This record gives sequence, structure tokens and C-alpha cells, in this order.
Amino acid sequence: MNRQIARLALLGLVLIASLIVGTTYWQTWASAGLADKQDNAIQVVAQLSVKRGKIRAANGQILATNRRKRVGGQTLYLRRYPQGGLYAPVVGYSTQSRARAGLEESENDYLTGSNTSLKTVVDGLLNKLRGETIKGNDLWLTIKPQAQQVAMSLLAGNCGAAVALDPRTGAVQVMASRPTYNPNLVESNFSKILRTRAPCTPASPLVNRATAGLFTPGSSFKVVTATAALDSGRYNIDSRFVDRGYCVEYGKQVHNFADQGRVEAFGPVNFLQALENSINAVFCQIGQDIGERSILNAAKRFGFYKPPPLETPSSERRPSGLYDRANRLFDPTEPQQVDVGRLAFGQGPATAHPLVTPLQMAMVAAGVANQGVVMRPFVVGKVTAPDGSVIYRAHPHKYKRAMRPSTASQLNEMMQAVVTGGTGTAAQIPGIKVAGKTGTAETGGPGTPNTTWFIAFAPADAPTVAVAVVLQNQTGVGGTTAAPIAKAIMEALLTPGSNP
Amino acid sequence: MSLRNRELANLIVVGVLTAIGFASVYIARQSVVSTASLSYAAFFFALYLAAHLICRLTVPSADQYLLPMAALLTGVGVTEIYRLGPGDAFRQGLWIVVAVAALAVTLFFLQGDYRRLESYKYLFGLGAIGLLVLPALPVVGESVNGARLWVHVGSLQFQPGELAKIALIVFLAGYLREKREVLAQGRLKDFGPLLVIWGGAMLVLVETNDLGSALLYYGIFLAMLYVATARLLYVGLGAALFLAGAAGVYKLVPHVRERVTIWLHPWTSHPVPCAISGKPALRQDCASYQLVKSLYSLAHGNWFGTGLGKGTFETPSGHQLIPYLNTDFIYSALAQELGLVGVAALLLVYMLFVTRGMKVAMLADDGFSKLLAAGLTFSFALQTFIIVGGILRLIPLTGITLPFISYGGSSVVANFVLLALLLLVSDRANRGRG
Repeated sequence: MNRQIARLALLGLVLIASLIVGTTYWQTWASAGLADKQDNAIQVVAQLSVKRGKIRAANGQILATNRRKRVGGQTLYLRRYPQGGLYAPVVGYSTQSRARAGLEESENDYLTGSNTSLKTVVDGLLNKLRGETIKGNDLWLTIKPQAQQVAMSLLAGNCGAAVALDPRTGAVQVMASRPTYNPNLVESNFSKILRTRAPCTPASPLVNRATAGLFTPGSSFKVVTATAALDSGRYNIDSRFVDRGYCVEYGKQVHNFADQGRVEAFGPVNFLQALENSINAVFCQIGQDIGERSILNAAKRFGFYKPPPLETPSSERRPSGLYDRANRLFDPTEPQQVDVGRLAFGQGPATAHPLVTPLQMAMVAAGVANQGVVMRPFVVGKVTAPDGSVIYRAHPHKYKRAMRPSTASQLNEMMQAVVTGGTGTAAQIPGIKVAGKTGTAETGGPGTPNTTWFIAFAPADAPTVAVAVVLQNQTGVGGTTAAPIAKAIMEALLTPGSNP
Repeated sequence: MSLRNRELANLIVVGVLTAIGFASVYIARQSVVSTASLSYAAFFFALYLAAHLICRLTVPSADQYLLPMAALLTGVGVTEIYRLGPGDAFRQGLWIVVAVAALAVTLFFLQGDYRRLESYKYLFGLGAIGLLVLPALPVVGESVNGARLWVHVGSLQFQPGELAKIALIVFLAGYLREKREVLAQGRLKDFGPLLVIWGGAMLVLVETNDLGSALLYYGIFLAMLYVATARLLYVGLGAALFLAGAAGVYKLVPHVRERVTIWLHPWTSHPVPCAISGKPALRQDCASYQLVKSLYSLAHGNWFGTGLGKGTFETPSGHQLIPYLNTDFIYSALAQELGLVGVAALLLVYMLFVTRGMKVAMLADDGFSKLLAAGLTFSFALQTFIIVGGILRLIPLTGITLPFISYGGSSVVANFVLLALLLLVSDRANRGRG
């Protein structure tokens, strides 16, 4: 019988050995896939047992921290946002069910300490062996709380956004979006967020309008057109034009912006005056002269047609450029696909209309301010390990050269004229030279509300701040609605301590 | 070193390992458990020593590794049960005392010659069926999780199926020893009593929905028939019959159909009808909830596990994530906390136990002893495969216990009786060798 017993023994051993193989499959090969399953409650709890890193503003103010909760002998860390909706557009949220947005989503690896720097891996392993709580790393943002506060309170009651950058480095100092939401309610009372009311439909409080909101740029786009014109060498600040109050597109007259029902014709003007007074007819002529390719190439040199670089999730950043009737990004191949005269002042027909994000327009202002070089925007200034050591520090990087330095200096002068005597006088700051450009985009026919813009930088001689402000559904124009907000943000950043 | 001294040395190692296990649970869960956990280790060590002394007295020449391996598996089991719920561990501790007592009783009663069991084979056969029928009886029977497996008398609960398994193996060993020559020739008449008792057991098991045990008994029967007759044809026939029977049962019994569906497609992306809530739901939230959550538990363990006491078995609101965690699903709890390295080591201990048990069968010099030891050892291996294989989705999941580790009195007692019988066979075989 021993022969049979030996065979039976072999069968028994093979059966149990197959269990080792099966276990190996689930615990190694399939492990990562199972961890990602939405109904994997273990993963939910396991992630909650990680003491997630804090998120702080530039001055150390805490924007996201943890609330401890003890369950069955385990300490769980639930997220808490002491500043409510003030920083929600950029910070985002992280819930128990692992829904995430903003930096909480994109910087999850840093925040949970699972980033793959050798030091954190070793530290994490040692902590695990010691049975200690895994601690995440802290994010230190470049956002300046005082200016952020100013931006958010001035935007309150509107649908709109504001972005401020340091043009020398690309550091994001303000990123505001209204309406916002209270990230503490995402888990407990999401329906309240969905019921948010705002003077625009849909209210979309969860959308970061600063990076994902697409708006018609209107005259603020003239800075891009002027860049193309000056860079072409065919125009300079003193180039002469005659404004008849309209220009002819496809055999029809396109009129200047009708301010209070009265269409002005400025007559003979130079390039500076044309920008100062935002004369559509002149820009229309320039556009027809230099062509849509030249304008769009200048736009691309500012970063258009790509989602602007930032640490937030790519799903929360949208590219600026021409959009077609189905609202898809659209890069024309034939001149007749574009109404170049309107494009020159930031408008266009449904088939090819320009749409931009506030972050992109802030990059336009910053490019002019920084002698033609657009720096790569960033909002995470540094990351510190639980022991306080710095494991990542942002360094300024050149993103694109948008124009020649001589173009930048001429545009700088022209944009200063807008604030000193043109459409943007509301942005004047006593003792500081401000350069800017207004925009009032018609989103429907006459009488419908406008999207208003102001992009600016200051001090004009040595700029340290570049800003873009957009407001939806305004009855006023950019110079009266958006310019004062841009001014207040710049003041808060340039003269800290003076709280307007 | 003599066999028993070697056993003692191994038991000391096991005792130290158990102490380390309890200590690490204590360290990880200080806030929940008390220092009493450390006295558990001392208690189990004392129990192991008692079992060892009984072996010295009754089976001095028995295999020296069987008891330490059983002690190790029991120790690992009770440590994990303790980690999951200190109250259950206390009850399990009491049952282990009963189990060691059962081991002692078996050894003392049968130390003269266990082979006299052979003369009572029909009694064991009928006894096995009687034990299996018990839970189906109205007054004492009780249904748990859709299967009537429990008997309870007063506050005492007992699952007689575990002991029935051993009784059936004793019957098969006796009957097959007597009839092996004629069975090998294929005289149908001699299959009569075999088929009556075995068929009766299968009927009861299918009737009570205990599919795991049915599979186990079928496997034991075929394995022992093969060892006795050396005819693979019978195994082939048996396997064919099994497939036909399984197909029939699949068609007829909805419970079985559901098990197979869960096995093949535990996850759905669209809601399917859910019998539990009556409303459509994703299958992973309904019928396959247990299996899926158990797989997540395995996956979370990864290579090295979370560490004893550091696993996650509750939601943030304190709900238990996996039902029947310390009985049917204790393997997934262990896999999460010990990791692949830990449970692979555990499975290697099972393999070693099988090796030693089969060695006992090969060394024995009479047919009854060989069949008994081989049957018991194979039942141990197959039972491990059925429950863990079910958890790992190698086969459809059927709830039976993991030998020596799962929570449950009857299971522990039955496994120690199984161990006692193996020790007896081994002792006799080795003594014959001098």
C-alpha cells in the first residue's frame, strides 16, 4: 500500500502548495489592483491611519490638518480645513471614501509619505517596524494669506476668479475662485455644496475657475495681439493708425466697443493710444495685417494650447486657445476658419472663439512684466518631512520666452498708459507705477451681461506681482469691476500690513 | 536525544513563539487588551507540557514532530482569535483544555491496542451518520449561515460533523482493510455496506447544505479506496460520478448555483438582483461581500503583513468588515497580519504535518493502521485545501474550519482526537521497529 500512500502524500502536498501559490498571487500580483477597488474598506481605514501631512500657506498658516479619532484601538486621522472655503479651489479635499481634489489629490504621495524619495521610504519602513504611525509630509504653499483673503472677499457675491503670480519666479501668491465650497462639508453635507447659489448657472462651486474656468478674454487679449505685432517688427509703440470707429470684416462693419451706447471714433492715433483706449478697430486692422497664425503663435509662446503647468491635478487645469462650436480646443489650419479681426481683440464666432483661463492671463501679464520670459507657475514652495527637514524646494524655472525684451519694454509702457490715462485708471496705486489692460467680453448680444477682465503687474519698473481678475455676468466693464479688485490684490501683496 | 526529549525541545520553541505572538498583540493593542494576554502564553505552555507528559506515558515511541506542529498551529490560531476578540480566545482556551483532555482520554483508552477499533467499524459508520443527522433534528439542531451544522444542548454548542469525519475514517479503514482484495477485483456485492454508509453521509450533508464537508467526505472516500485497492479506475469513476453529481446539484439547488456564480464573478460593474436586501446591488456589496472583503484583507497583507494586532478588520465606525472572521475566514485575517511570508510559513507547517502523517502511515505494518493514518492525514490536507482554496478563489467557497486554527470547540477537539490516533499508530509502528 505504501506506493499508494506515497502518491496520496504527494497529492496532499500539491494541494497545500497550490495554496501558497494562490496566496502569493493575491498578496503580491493582485494586491495593488485590489487596493484600488472603490469598495475596499480596508484601504480606506488604512489610509486614515496615516497621519496625513498638513498644508500650510506661505506664512505657516494651517490650511488643512487632521482630527484624531480612536476606533477599536486604532487612531484614525480625519481631514479638517480650518479656513473653510478660502483655499478650497487650490487645496481641494480628501475624504474617507478617498474622493480627492486639488492638491490633496495631486500631492497625495507627499501628504501620505508614500513618495519615493529614498529617505522617506527608509523612514516609513523604520516607522512601520517600530509600529509608529506613518506621518505624511507638510506642504508649504506660496500663497500669501492676506492677499488671498482680500481676493476672496472682493470676489464674494460674484462668479469669478483671481490669480496673482510673482513674475520673477512664477510663484502663485493668490489663487481665488468664487463661488467656493466648504471642504469640511464634502463628506458630511455634500448636497449643501450642490445647492450653492451664485449669479451664474451652473454655479459649479467645486470648479477652480482660476485654472479650469474658460472665459472669453475680450480686450485683455489685445496684449497678446500687440505682442505678435511688436515682435513681427512691422509695428512699434509709435506706429500710426486712423480709427474710423469700425473696421470691415467680411464686408461688414465691426464697431468699437459701445460704451454707454456711444460708439467713439478716435481718428489718428498711435499704437500706445490704441491700447490705452482699447480701440477695437485698430486691433482689427492689425490682426488682418499680421494674420491669425502670427497671433496664435504669440499666444502659444505664452503657453496657450497647453494646460498651464501647476501642481494641481491635470483634470483641474484647462488649456486656453480657440474653441470650436462643440467647445473643443481647436487649432485652425486654414485662415478662413478664423475671424482674425475679432480674434485680435479677443472675440470670435462660435466656430472659433477664444477662451482663456485666469491663470493663463496672469502668465500673459507676468511674461510682459518679466521682460518677455514666462516663468513656470508653482504653488508648492517646499515640502517638509515630519522632522522638519526640507525634502523638496521649488526652484524658479523659465517656462517660455514669450517675446523679445524690446517688445516687453514697449508693451510695459503701453500698459502703464492704460492705467495712467486709459480704460484702467481704477487700478492706480498711489506711489506705485501700475501697468494693466482691461477686458470686457460680450458673451451674447447687446444688453446681455459681460465677462470683465483686468490683467496687470506692478511696480512697472521692477515688477514683483502680476495679476489676472475675471468676473462673470457683469453689467459694468473691466475698468470698473475687475480693475479695483486687481488693485486691491496688488496693494495687499506690495504693501503688506496695509489692509484695505 | 530520545524522541520525547526532542518533542519537549520543539514544544519549548513553540511555547516561546506563542509568547512572542501574544506579546506582539499586547504591544500593538495595549489600549484594548490587558496584560492578561501575557498569562495566556504561560497557560498554553502549561497545556503543551501536559500533553507532552501524557505522550511520554502513553505513546513514548510516537513521532516527535506531530504534537509540536499541532501545538504551533493551535497557538497561532488562538493568538489571532485573541487579537480579533479576547472573549472568544478565552472560550477557545477552555475548548483547547477539553481538546487536550480528549487527547489524553483517547491515548489512555487505546494505548493497549487501538486496532480493536476495527471490530467496531460498523458502529463507527452508523455513529458517523447519527452524528451528521443530529443537527437536522428539531430540538437540538440549529442552523447557522444557511447550513444546519450545529447541535446545542443548553448553552453548549457543538458541531458534530467534525467528529463524524473521524468516525467515518475509522469505518472506512476497517471496512477497506477487510475487503480490499475483493474490492480490488470489483465484486459489486462487497461495495454494498460501503455505499450505504458513505451514501448516507453524502445525502445528509447535501440535505443540510454542508457542501464543504460533502466535498471533504467524497475526497476522503476516494483517497482511501485508492490506497486500499490501488485501482485508479475507481478514482476515475468516482471523479466522473462527482462531476455528474455536481452538475445535477448545480442545476437543482439554487444555493449551489449562487456559490459558483460568486466564485466565478465576485465583482460586477452593474447592479444584479440581491437576495439579501431584495433590491438590486453590485454583487461585491451583496452575495460576494464576504469573499471580496476577505480578498482585500489578503491583498492588504502584502509581503510582510501589517504585523500581529495591526491589521484592519473594522470600519472607522467600528463595524466588522468580514463576517465569520475567526472561523471560516481566519486565514484571511492571518494573511493580512502575517503577510505572505507568515502564511506561507504556516502552510509549510501544514505540509510538514502531512508529510509526517503520511510517514506514519507508511511505517505502520498493518493495513488498518496504514489506512487509518493515511485517511486521517489526507482529510487534514484536503480540509485545509477546501477552506483556504475557497478563500483564494481556487474553488468555490464553502465554509469549513481550518484545522487547529479556526475558532470552534468541536473543530479543536476533533483535531486533537485525530492527532491522538496518529500518535497511537506512530507509537505502535516505531515500537515494532525497536
